[in-house]
Amino acid sequence: MLQGYGPLIASGTWMTLQLALLALAAALLLGLAGASARLSASRLLQTLAAGYTTLIRSVPDLVTMLLLFYSLQIALNHLTEWAGLAQIDIDPFVAGVVTLGIIYGAYFTETFRGAFQAVPRGQLEAAVAYGMTPWQVFRRVLFPQMMRFALPGIGNNWQVMIKATALVSIIGLSDVVKATQDAGKGSLQLFFFSLVAAAIYLAITTVSTLLLAWLGRHYAAGVRKAEL
Amino acid sequence: MNQIIAIVQEYGQAYLWSDGYRLSGLAMTLWLLLLSIAIGFVLSVPLAVARVAPNRFISGPVWLYTYVFRGTPLYIQLLIIYSGIYSLESVRAQPLLDAFFREGFNCTLLAFALNTCAYTTEVFAGMIRETPHGEIEAARAFGMSRFTLYRRIILPSALRRALPSYSNEVILMLHSTSIAFTATVPDLLKVARDVNSATYASFEAFGLAAVLYASVVFALVWLFRRCERRWLAFLQPRAH
Repeated sequence: MLQGYGPLIASGTWMTLQLALLALAAALLLGLAGASARLSASRLLQTLAAGYTTLIRSVPDLVTMLLLFYSLQIALNHLTEWAGLAQIDIDPFVAGVVTLGIIYGAYFTETFRGAFQAVPRGQLEAAVAYGMTPWQVFRRVLFPQMMRFALPGIGNNWQVMIKATALVSIIGLSDVVKATQDAGKGSLQLFFFSLVAAAIYLAITTVSTLLLAWLGRHYAAGVRKAEL
Repeated sequence: MNQIIAIVQEYGQAYLWSDGYRLSGLAMTLWLLLLSIAIGFVLSVPLAVARVAPNRFISGPVWLYTYVFRGTPLYIQLLIIYSGIYSLESVRAQPLLDAFFREGFNCTLLAFALNTCAYTTEVFAGMIRETPHGEIEAARAFGMSRFTLYRRIILPSALRRALPSYSNEVILMLHSTSIAFTATVPDLLKVARDVNSATYASFEAFGLAAVLYASVVFALVWLFRRCERRWLAFLQPRAH
Protein backbone atom coordinates (compact mmCIF):
# COMPACT_ATOMS: atom_id res chain seq x y z
CA MET A 1 0.00 0.00 0.00
CA LEU A 2 2.86 2.37 0.83
CA GLN A 3 4.73 1.29 -2.33
CA GLY A 4 7.97 0.53 -0.55
CA TYR A 5 8.03 3.85 1.30
CA GLY A 6 6.97 2.20 4.57
CA PRO A 7 10.44 2.15 6.21
CA LEU A 8 11.10 5.79 5.22
CA ILE A 9 7.82 6.92 6.73
CA ALA A 10 8.36 4.77 9.83
CA SER A 11 11.77 6.31 10.46
CA GLY A 12 10.26 9.78 9.90
CA THR A 13 7.55 9.03 12.45
CA TRP A 14 10.16 7.79 14.91
CA MET A 15 12.13 11.03 14.35
CA THR A 16 9.02 13.12 15.02
CA LEU A 17 8.24 11.19 18.20
CA GLN A 18 11.83 11.49 19.48
CA LEU A 19 11.83 15.20 18.74
CA ALA A 20 8.48 15.72 20.46
CA LEU A 21 9.43 13.74 23.58
CA LEU A 22 12.87 15.35 23.98
CA ALA A 23 11.39 18.80 23.39
CA LEU A 24 8.70 17.99 25.96
CA ALA A 25 11.36 17.07 28.52
CA ALA A 26 13.27 20.29 27.80
CA ALA A 27 10.08 22.37 27.94
CA LEU A 28 8.96 20.79 31.22
CA LEU A 29 12.34 21.54 32.84
CA LEU A 30 12.36 25.08 31.50
CA GLY A 31 8.75 25.50 32.59
CA LEU A 32 9.50 24.38 36.15
CA ALA A 33 12.51 26.67 36.29
CA GLY A 34 10.52 29.55 34.76
CA ALA A 35 7.62 29.09 37.18
CA SER A 36 10.02 29.01 40.14
CA ALA A 37 11.59 32.23 38.84
CA ARG A 38 8.20 33.91 38.41
CA LEU A 39 7.22 32.97 41.95
CA SER A 40 10.60 33.71 43.53
CA ALA A 41 11.26 36.62 45.84
CA SER A 42 13.83 38.14 43.48
CA ARG A 43 12.50 41.02 41.38
CA LEU A 44 15.13 40.42 38.71
CA LEU A 45 14.16 36.76 38.24
CA GLN A 46 10.46 37.67 38.16
CA THR A 47 10.99 40.27 35.45
CA LEU A 48 13.23 38.00 33.39
CA ALA A 49 10.73 35.14 33.51
CA ALA A 50 7.79 37.44 32.73
CA GLY A 51 9.67 38.92 29.78
CA TYR A 52 10.56 35.45 28.50
CA THR A 53 6.97 34.16 28.55
CA THR A 54 5.45 37.36 27.13
CA LEU A 55 7.92 37.62 24.26
CA ILE A 56 7.84 33.97 23.25
CA ARG A 57 4.08 33.68 23.48
CA SER A 58 3.43 36.75 21.35
CA VAL A 59 5.63 35.67 18.42
CA PRO A 60 4.56 32.78 16.13
CA ASP A 61 6.37 29.46 16.73
CA LEU A 62 7.69 29.33 13.20
CA VAL A 63 9.20 32.83 13.38
CA THR A 64 10.92 32.04 16.69
CA MET A 65 12.10 28.75 15.23
CA LEU A 66 13.67 30.35 12.16
CA LEU A 67 15.06 33.24 14.21
CA LEU A 68 16.76 30.91 16.69
CA PHE A 69 17.85 28.40 14.05
CA TYR A 70 19.67 30.93 11.87
CA SER A 71 20.89 33.24 14.65
CA LEU A 72 22.25 30.42 16.79
CA GLN A 73 24.27 29.19 13.81
CA ILE A 74 25.62 32.66 13.10
CA ALA A 75 26.46 33.24 16.75
CA LEU A 76 28.21 29.88 16.85
CA ASN A 77 30.14 30.77 13.69
CA HIS A 78 31.34 34.01 15.31
CA LEU A 79 32.37 32.05 18.39
CA THR A 80 34.27 29.35 16.49
CA GLU A 81 35.90 31.98 14.27
CA TRP A 82 36.96 33.95 17.33
CA ALA A 83 38.36 30.81 18.98
CA GLY A 84 40.04 29.80 15.73
CA LEU A 85 38.14 26.51 15.44
CA ALA A 86 36.54 24.94 12.38
CA GLN A 87 32.89 25.81 11.72
CA ILE A 88 30.45 23.63 13.64
CA ASP A 89 27.13 23.09 11.84
CA ILE A 90 24.16 22.89 14.17
CA ASP A 91 22.34 19.62 13.66
CA PRO A 92 18.68 20.32 12.65
CA PHE A 93 17.52 17.74 15.20
CA VAL A 94 19.31 19.47 18.07
CA ALA A 95 18.09 22.82 16.78
CA GLY A 96 14.53 21.49 16.65
CA VAL A 97 14.66 20.16 20.22
CA VAL A 98 16.24 23.36 21.55
CA THR A 99 13.88 25.76 19.78
CA LEU A 100 10.72 23.76 20.55
CA GLY A 101 11.91 23.40 24.15
CA ILE A 102 12.49 27.14 24.49
CA ILE A 103 9.15 28.04 22.88
CA TYR A 104 7.00 25.59 24.82
CA GLY A 105 8.97 26.21 28.02
CA ALA A 106 7.26 29.61 28.03
CA TYR A 107 3.81 28.03 27.81
CA PHE A 108 4.69 25.50 30.51
CA THR A 109 5.98 28.31 32.75
CA GLU A 110 2.51 29.85 32.79
CA THR A 111 0.86 26.45 33.31
CA PHE A 112 3.09 25.59 36.26
CA ARG A 113 2.83 29.04 37.79
CA GLY A 114 -0.95 28.69 37.99
CA ALA A 115 -0.65 25.16 39.34
CA PHE A 116 1.92 26.06 42.03
CA GLN A 117 -0.33 28.85 43.22
CA ALA A 118 -3.29 26.48 43.41
CA VAL A 119 -1.67 24.32 46.12
CA PRO A 120 -2.92 25.54 49.54
CA ARG A 121 -0.17 27.38 51.43
CA GLY A 122 -1.12 25.78 54.72
CA GLN A 123 0.01 22.38 53.46
CA LEU A 124 3.48 23.70 52.63
CA GLU A 125 3.74 25.35 56.01
CA ALA A 126 2.62 22.13 57.68
CA ALA A 127 5.29 20.21 55.77
CA VAL A 128 7.97 22.66 56.88
CA ALA A 129 6.68 22.37 60.43
CA TYR A 130 7.17 18.60 60.19
CA GLY A 131 10.83 19.32 59.59
CA MET A 132 10.94 18.42 55.88
CA THR A 133 13.75 19.84 53.82
CA PRO A 134 12.75 22.12 50.90
CA TRP A 135 13.40 19.26 48.47
CA GLN A 136 11.19 16.92 50.49
CA VAL A 137 8.43 19.53 50.59
CA PHE A 138 8.63 19.83 46.82
CA ARG A 139 8.71 16.10 46.15
CA ARG A 140 6.17 14.90 48.71
CA VAL A 141 3.66 17.74 49.01
CA LEU A 142 3.96 20.39 46.32
CA PHE A 143 4.72 18.35 43.19
CA PRO A 144 2.07 15.59 43.44
CA GLN A 145 -0.71 18.11 44.07
CA MET A 146 0.58 20.67 41.62
CA MET A 147 0.50 18.01 38.90
CA ARG A 148 -3.25 17.59 39.29
CA PHE A 149 -3.81 21.28 38.59
CA ALA A 150 -1.17 21.41 35.88
CA LEU A 151 -2.27 18.32 33.97
CA PRO A 152 -5.02 19.85 31.80
CA GLY A 153 -2.59 22.63 30.80
CA ILE A 154 0.24 20.16 30.18
CA GLY A 155 -2.09 18.10 28.01
CA ASN A 156 -3.12 21.10 25.93
CA ASN A 157 0.48 22.23 25.50
CA TRP A 158 1.56 18.75 24.50
CA GLN A 159 -1.17 18.49 21.85
CA VAL A 160 -0.17 21.87 20.43
CA MET A 161 3.52 20.98 20.53
CA ILE A 162 3.00 17.65 18.73
CA LYS A 163 1.35 19.57 15.93
CA ALA A 164 4.13 22.18 15.96
CA THR A 165 6.72 19.44 15.28
CA ALA A 166 5.32 19.35 11.72
CA LEU A 167 7.06 22.69 11.20
CA VAL A 168 10.59 21.41 11.80
CA SER A 169 10.69 19.93 8.30
CA ILE A 170 10.92 23.58 7.21
CA ILE A 171 14.32 23.87 8.95
CA GLY A 172 15.46 20.69 7.20
CA LEU A 173 14.75 17.81 9.54
CA SER A 174 13.76 14.44 8.01
CA ASP A 175 10.61 14.05 10.06
CA VAL A 176 7.35 12.39 9.13
CA VAL A 177 6.28 15.38 7.01
CA LYS A 178 9.49 15.34 4.97
CA ALA A 179 9.28 11.53 4.60
CA THR A 180 5.70 11.54 3.34
CA GLN A 181 6.33 14.50 1.02
CA ASP A 182 9.37 12.73 -0.47
CA ALA A 183 7.34 9.54 -0.87
CA GLY A 184 4.54 11.53 -2.50
CA LYS A 185 6.87 13.23 -4.95
CA GLY A 186 8.65 9.95 -5.74
CA SER A 187 5.48 8.02 -6.42
CA LEU A 188 3.55 10.98 -7.90
CA GLN A 189 0.86 10.38 -5.29
CA LEU A 190 1.24 13.50 -3.22
CA PHE A 191 -2.42 13.55 -2.16
CA PHE A 192 -2.37 10.01 -0.81
CA PHE A 193 0.89 10.40 1.10
CA SER A 194 -0.18 13.73 2.61
CA LEU A 195 -3.24 11.92 3.93
CA VAL A 196 -0.90 9.29 5.40
CA ALA A 197 0.94 12.05 7.28
CA ALA A 198 -2.37 13.39 8.58
CA ALA A 199 -3.42 9.90 9.69
CA ILE A 200 -0.14 9.40 11.59
CA TYR A 201 -0.58 12.70 13.43
CA LEU A 202 -4.22 11.86 14.17
CA ALA A 203 -3.10 8.53 15.65
CA ILE A 204 -0.49 10.27 17.83
CA THR A 205 -2.96 12.87 19.14
CA THR A 206 -5.61 10.20 19.77
CA VAL A 207 -3.21 8.04 21.79
CA SER A 208 -2.11 11.17 23.69
CA THR A 209 -5.71 12.01 24.54
CA LEU A 210 -6.28 8.53 25.99
CA LEU A 211 -2.99 8.63 27.91
CA LEU A 212 -3.75 12.06 29.35
CA ALA A 213 -7.19 10.93 30.49
CA TRP A 214 -5.54 8.03 32.32
CA LEU A 215 -2.93 10.33 33.90
CA GLY A 216 -5.70 12.70 34.94
CA ARG A 217 -7.44 9.87 36.81
CA HIS A 218 -4.11 8.86 38.40
CA TYR A 219 -3.34 12.31 39.78
CA ALA A 220 -6.94 12.91 40.87
CA ALA A 221 -6.78 9.90 43.24
CA GLY A 222 -8.29 10.85 46.56
CA VAL A 223 -10.02 13.97 45.28
CA ARG A 224 -13.73 13.96 45.96
CA LYS A 225 -15.89 15.43 43.24
CA ALA A 226 -19.14 17.15 44.15
CA GLU A 227 -22.24 15.68 42.56
CA LEU A 228 -23.89 18.21 40.30
CA MET B 1 22.03 48.63 14.43
CA ASN B 2 23.13 50.05 11.07
CA GLN B 3 21.98 46.86 9.47
CA ILE B 4 18.45 47.24 10.90
CA ILE B 5 18.23 50.79 9.57
CA ALA B 6 19.43 49.64 6.16
CA ILE B 7 16.90 46.81 6.09
CA VAL B 8 14.06 49.09 7.17
CA GLN B 9 15.00 51.61 4.50
CA GLU B 10 15.22 49.07 1.73
CA TYR B 11 12.54 46.57 2.70
CA GLY B 12 10.30 48.51 5.11
CA GLN B 13 7.55 48.87 2.56
CA ALA B 14 7.64 45.15 1.71
CA TYR B 15 7.44 44.30 5.42
CA LEU B 16 4.42 46.51 5.91
CA TRP B 17 2.14 46.54 2.91
CA SER B 18 3.51 46.07 -0.59
CA ASP B 19 6.49 44.55 -2.39
CA GLY B 20 6.00 46.91 -5.33
CA TYR B 21 3.28 45.19 -7.32
CA ARG B 22 1.11 43.25 -4.87
CA LEU B 23 0.00 43.11 -1.25
CA SER B 24 2.75 41.72 1.01
CA GLY B 25 4.09 41.53 4.53
CA LEU B 26 1.98 42.66 7.44
CA ALA B 27 -0.97 43.74 5.26
CA MET B 28 -1.10 40.30 3.64
CA THR B 29 -0.91 38.57 7.02
CA LEU B 30 -3.73 40.70 8.41
CA TRP B 31 -5.86 40.22 5.28
CA LEU B 32 -5.43 36.45 5.54
CA LEU B 33 -6.25 36.58 9.24
CA LEU B 34 -9.35 38.70 8.73
CA LEU B 35 -10.74 36.56 5.90
CA SER B 36 -10.11 33.22 7.60
CA ILE B 37 -11.49 34.42 10.93
CA ALA B 38 -14.60 35.84 9.25
CA ILE B 39 -15.30 32.69 7.22
CA GLY B 40 -14.53 30.50 10.23
CA PHE B 41 -16.91 32.50 12.44
CA VAL B 42 -19.82 32.47 9.99
CA LEU B 43 -19.52 28.70 9.48
CA SER B 44 -18.85 27.83 13.11
CA VAL B 45 -22.08 29.23 14.58
CA PRO B 46 -24.44 26.83 12.75
CA LEU B 47 -21.89 24.02 13.17
CA ALA B 48 -21.75 24.63 16.93
CA VAL B 49 -25.54 24.43 17.10
CA ALA B 50 -25.37 21.15 15.16
CA ARG B 51 -22.55 19.91 17.43
CA VAL B 52 -24.77 20.08 20.53
CA ALA B 53 -27.83 18.61 18.78
CA PRO B 54 -29.29 15.61 20.63
CA ASN B 55 -29.55 13.76 17.30
CA ARG B 56 -26.39 11.69 16.76
CA PHE B 57 -26.73 11.87 12.98
CA ILE B 58 -26.46 15.67 13.13
CA SER B 59 -23.80 16.02 15.83
CA GLY B 60 -21.72 13.03 14.71
CA PRO B 61 -20.42 14.44 11.40
CA VAL B 62 -19.56 17.75 13.08
CA TRP B 63 -17.70 15.89 15.82
CA LEU B 64 -15.74 13.99 13.16
CA TYR B 65 -14.90 17.22 11.33
CA THR B 66 -13.58 19.00 14.44
CA TYR B 67 -11.80 15.83 15.62
CA VAL B 68 -9.87 15.44 12.37
CA PHE B 69 -9.05 19.13 11.92
CA ARG B 70 -8.02 19.64 15.54
CA GLY B 71 -6.05 16.40 15.62
CA THR B 72 -3.78 17.12 12.65
CA PRO B 73 -1.29 19.97 12.15
CA LEU B 74 -2.46 22.91 10.06
CA TYR B 75 0.75 22.61 8.01
CA ILE B 76 -0.29 19.15 6.84
CA GLN B 77 -3.80 20.36 6.06
CA LEU B 78 -2.25 23.08 3.94
CA LEU B 79 0.02 20.57 2.21
CA ILE B 80 -2.96 18.33 1.43
CA ILE B 81 -4.99 21.21 0.02
CA TYR B 82 -2.19 23.04 -1.77
CA SER B 83 0.07 20.36 -3.24
CA GLY B 84 -2.01 17.24 -2.56
CA ILE B 85 -5.32 18.15 -4.20
CA TYR B 86 -3.67 19.93 -7.09
CA SER B 87 -1.62 16.82 -7.88
CA LEU B 88 -4.84 14.94 -8.64
CA GLU B 89 -5.51 14.57 -12.36
CA SER B 90 -9.28 14.79 -11.88
CA VAL B 91 -8.99 18.19 -10.17
CA ARG B 92 -6.80 19.70 -12.88
CA ALA B 93 -9.22 18.44 -15.56
CA GLN B 94 -12.01 20.62 -14.17
CA PRO B 95 -11.40 24.24 -15.29
CA LEU B 96 -13.12 25.73 -12.24
CA LEU B 97 -11.33 23.57 -9.67
CA ASP B 98 -8.07 23.98 -11.57
CA ALA B 99 -8.35 27.77 -11.41
CA PHE B 100 -9.14 27.67 -7.70
CA PHE B 101 -6.45 25.26 -6.51
CA ARG B 102 -3.71 26.71 -8.71
CA GLU B 103 -3.66 29.87 -6.58
CA GLY B 104 -1.65 29.49 -3.38
CA PHE B 105 -3.73 32.19 -1.73
CA ASN B 106 -7.03 30.31 -2.28
CA CYS B 107 -5.61 27.07 -0.89
CA THR B 108 -4.14 28.85 2.13
CA LEU B 109 -7.40 30.62 2.84
CA LEU B 110 -9.38 27.38 2.51
CA ALA B 111 -7.04 25.52 4.89
CA PHE B 112 -6.99 28.38 7.43
CA ALA B 113 -10.77 28.87 7.38
CA LEU B 114 -11.50 25.15 7.79
CA ASN B 115 -8.93 24.88 10.60
CA THR B 116 -10.03 27.88 12.64
CA CYS B 117 -13.68 26.95 12.06
CA ALA B 118 -13.08 23.57 13.71
CA TYR B 119 -11.54 25.14 16.83
CA THR B 120 -14.16 27.91 16.98
CA THR B 121 -16.98 25.38 16.63
CA GLU B 122 -15.76 23.52 19.72
CA VAL B 123 -15.37 26.78 21.68
CA PHE B 124 -18.91 27.88 20.85
CA ALA B 125 -20.39 24.40 21.37
CA GLY B 126 -18.79 24.25 24.82
CA MET B 127 -20.34 27.59 25.75
CA ILE B 128 -23.77 26.60 24.40
CA ARG B 129 -23.67 23.51 26.63
CA GLU B 130 -22.81 25.70 29.63
CA THR B 131 -25.91 27.88 29.23
CA PRO B 132 -27.74 27.90 32.59
CA HIS B 133 -30.65 25.48 32.26
CA GLY B 134 -33.00 27.90 34.00
CA GLU B 135 -32.70 30.37 31.13
CA ILE B 136 -33.60 27.73 28.58
CA GLU B 137 -36.52 26.43 30.62
CA ALA B 138 -37.84 29.95 31.10
CA ALA B 139 -37.63 30.60 27.36
CA ARG B 140 -39.49 27.36 26.64
CA ALA B 141 -42.14 28.34 29.20
CA PHE B 142 -42.60 31.56 27.25
CA GLY B 143 -43.48 29.41 24.27
CA MET B 144 -40.40 30.25 22.18
CA SER B 145 -39.72 28.02 19.21
CA ARG B 146 -36.34 26.33 18.99
CA PHE B 147 -35.13 28.94 16.47
CA THR B 148 -36.27 31.86 18.62
CA LEU B 149 -34.72 30.21 21.67
CA TYR B 150 -31.34 30.06 19.96
CA ARG B 151 -31.61 33.52 18.42
CA ARG B 152 -32.76 35.37 21.52
CA ILE B 153 -31.42 33.42 24.48
CA ILE B 154 -28.70 30.86 23.83
CA LEU B 155 -26.54 32.41 21.11
CA PRO B 156 -26.27 35.99 22.48
CA SER B 157 -25.22 34.65 25.86
CA ALA B 158 -22.98 31.82 24.61
CA LEU B 159 -21.11 33.98 22.10
CA ARG B 160 -20.41 36.58 24.78
CA ARG B 161 -19.13 34.02 27.26
CA ALA B 162 -16.98 32.55 24.49
CA LEU B 163 -15.14 35.85 24.03
CA PRO B 164 -12.05 35.06 26.18
CA SER B 165 -11.48 31.65 24.52
CA TYR B 166 -12.30 33.12 21.13
CA SER B 167 -9.65 35.81 21.52
CA ASN B 168 -7.10 33.05 22.21
CA GLU B 169 -8.14 31.31 19.02
CA VAL B 170 -7.77 34.53 17.00
CA ILE B 171 -4.25 35.06 18.36
CA LEU B 172 -3.29 31.46 17.63
CA MET B 173 -4.68 31.92 14.12
CA LEU B 174 -2.47 34.99 13.66
CA HIS B 175 0.48 32.81 14.64
CA SER B 176 -0.66 30.11 12.24
CA THR B 177 -0.78 32.52 9.30
CA SER B 178 3.04 32.40 9.34
CA ILE B 179 2.98 29.09 7.44
CA ALA B 180 1.27 30.78 4.47
CA PHE B 181 4.68 31.33 2.84
CA THR B 182 4.94 27.58 2.20
CA ALA B 183 2.12 28.06 -0.31
CA THR B 184 3.94 31.03 -1.93
CA VAL B 185 1.70 33.65 -0.28
CA PRO B 186 3.85 36.79 0.29
CA ASP B 187 3.01 37.19 3.96
CA LEU B 188 5.17 38.76 6.68
CA LEU B 189 7.35 35.69 7.18
CA LYS B 190 7.88 35.30 3.41
CA VAL B 191 9.25 38.84 3.29
CA ALA B 192 11.49 38.11 6.28
CA ARG B 193 12.81 34.96 4.61
CA ASP B 194 13.48 36.81 1.36
CA VAL B 195 15.33 39.54 3.26
CA ASN B 196 17.28 36.86 5.13
CA SER B 197 18.45 35.21 1.94
CA ALA B 198 19.24 38.57 0.33
CA THR B 199 21.21 40.09 3.23
CA TYR B 200 22.26 37.13 5.46
CA ALA B 201 21.24 39.33 8.40
CA SER B 202 19.10 36.57 9.94
CA PHE B 203 18.62 38.05 13.37
CA GLU B 204 17.57 41.45 12.01
CA ALA B 205 15.37 40.02 9.23
CA PHE B 206 13.41 37.62 11.44
CA GLY B 207 13.60 39.90 14.47
CA LEU B 208 11.79 42.64 12.57
CA ALA B 209 9.04 40.18 11.63
CA ALA B 210 8.84 38.99 15.25
CA VAL B 211 8.42 42.58 16.49
CA LEU B 212 5.63 43.18 13.98
CA TYR B 213 3.83 39.95 14.91
CA ALA B 214 4.14 40.78 18.61
CA SER B 215 2.71 44.27 18.03
CA VAL B 216 -0.31 42.79 16.31
CA VAL B 217 -0.79 40.37 19.21
CA PHE B 218 -0.66 43.24 21.71
CA ALA B 219 -3.15 45.22 19.62
CA LEU B 220 -5.49 42.20 19.46
CA VAL B 221 -5.23 41.64 23.22
CA TRP B 222 -6.13 45.30 23.78
CA LEU B 223 -9.04 45.11 21.32
CA PHE B 224 -10.50 41.98 22.89
CA ARG B 225 -10.15 43.46 26.36
CA ARG B 226 -12.28 46.39 25.22
CA CYS B 227 -14.82 44.00 23.69
CA GLU B 228 -14.98 42.03 26.94
CA ARG B 229 -15.48 45.20 28.95
CA ARG B 230 -18.41 46.05 26.72
CA TRP B 231 -20.08 42.67 26.20
CA LEU B 232 -19.10 40.82 29.36
CA ALA B 233 -19.79 43.69 31.75
CA PHE B 234 -22.43 41.55 33.49
CA LEU B 235 -19.78 38.98 34.44
CA GLN B 236 -17.28 41.46 35.96
CA PRO B 237 -16.74 41.27 39.70
CA ARG B 238 -18.98 43.93 41.09
CA ALA B 239 -17.70 46.84 43.16
CA HIS B 240 -19.82 47.54 46.22
